[in-house]
Amino acid sequence: MGGMTTDIKLIDEKGLRLDGRRPDEMRPLRIEAGVLKRADGSAYVEWGLNKVMAAVYGPRECHPRHLQNPERALVQCIYNMASFSVDDRKRPGPDRRSHEISKIIAEALTHVVFTEYFPRTSIDVYIEVLQANAGTRCAGLTAASVALADAGVPMRDLVASCAAGKVADTVVLDLGKEEDNFGQADIPVGFVPRTNEIVLLQMDGDLTNDEFTKGVNMAVGACKKVYEVQRDALKRRYSARAADEGVPGPAEEKREVA
Amino acid sequence: MSTAESKESAREIVVPGELLAISGKRAGPGTYSEGGKIFASQLGIKSVRPDTISVVPLSGQYMPLRGDLVVGKIVDVGASNWLVDINSPYPAPLHVNEVPWRVEFGETGRFMSVGDVVLLKIVGHDEQMRIQVSMQDHGLRKLTGGMVLEVSPSKVPRVIGKNGSMIQMLKNMTGCRIYVGQNGRIWIDGELDSIVRAVQAIRMIEEEAHAQGLTEKVKQLLEKSSERGA
Repeated sequence: MGGMTTDIKLIDEKGLRLDGRRPDEMRPLRIEAGVLKRADGSAYVEWGLNKVMAAVYGPRECHPRHLQNPERALVQCIYNMASFSVDDRKRPGPDRRSHEISKIIAEALTHVVFTEYFPRTSIDVYIEVLQANAGTRCAGLTAASVALADAGVPMRDLVASCAAGKVADTVVLDLGKEEDNFGQADIPVGFVPRTNEIVLLQMDGDLTNDEFTKGVNMAVGACKKVYEVQRDALKRRYSARAADEGVPGPAEEKREVA
Repeated sequence: MSTAESKESAREIVVPGELLAISGKRAGPGTYSEGGKIFASQLGIKSVRPDTISVVPLSGQYMPLRGDLVVGKIVDVGASNWLVDINSPYPAPLHVNEVPWRVEFGETGRFMSVGDVVLLKIVGHDEQMRIQVSMQDHGLRKLTGGMVLEVSPSKVPRVIGKNGSMIQMLKNMTGCRIYVGQNGRIWIDGELDSIVRAVQAIRMIEEEAHAQGLTEKVKQLLEKSSERGA
């Protein structure tokens, strides 16, 4: 990403970013659990201008059979971007990028799911990006782990995810689209808050050792906030109904994180 | 009733990874222990008993357990066995030795064919979750007539109620014959309008599974619908 140049000023004189955020500020995040009726579990995430839907099926019989593991379940993931999710129409179908993201998200989730409880099965996670604005893999992983919990899949903890990066020589949190396109680096992080483990870590661009450490720490801090929103979404799904009976579905209340 | 209600209002919803207890208790279903602490592994309602702590799940697949009564659907017929879908991630082969009839090799299709519904017992499973089922126990049989309703397996205990109170009331007030499988399939047979009433009541239980005073509500619904029918 370092190669692109622009005359947009990504950070102004006051140290604020294009959308007015401070360098350590996240975009507003909203999560809704259990939005799809036909899936075993589902979640919808709005993260800034990102709109991501995740659905979970299973544990169910694993097909094709040769992928079955006699000792544990297989966590499979398909990440897909809708053709209308970006400015220029995206050519539909799997490509190199979505294959990669599917793989790393599946691996991050495998780490927290008790796969040994469901031998020979597969747990299928589908992530649909409806609107993209940088950071969709983080939004996708965040949505997927809420959907897994909603499906009743036993897991050690939820996975929270957020990115950090470097823009105009400053380390910033949760890059927006312009920052991602014209910035210098991007580090998506997947984090398990209970055990302080990192289950997803990538880096695109160049950073010094210090910048990298600062960025990862920033992202981990943000993951803890994301985690609280995830927990809240799951709890709200059931307590909203218990509180005012007869109202089906999750409450339409907005929750934002600064 | 008042004690039951105060217990229900104390219901706490927990999410995976949530700390339940520091130590001193056994980790029950829906939980796991690590480093002496107990955490929730599933989205559900926290349940504390003197010796164990567990989580009652709010969703999830049916996992076959030895001794469970389930309602299965025949999905394939072999020469010496039937393949039964028991609404779990694992299909259950039903061998001819496990049915109450004497079946010659290759004659399986004359007894039961694809689409038939049967009442089965889970005999057990191995560590790879290969399931053994049987129809050789009293009450187990092929279910003819009636209809099959599916509810979430996690809500089966609510449909049955404490010591079968809910299901007993459903049977008494609608006059239907009802079998509730642990796998979330419910078979109902009776007069058409009483089936409709029973289905209505079950859907209500499903919808408000974690509401308080559910039995009373269902009773009112059934009383109202019976007046309308009469």
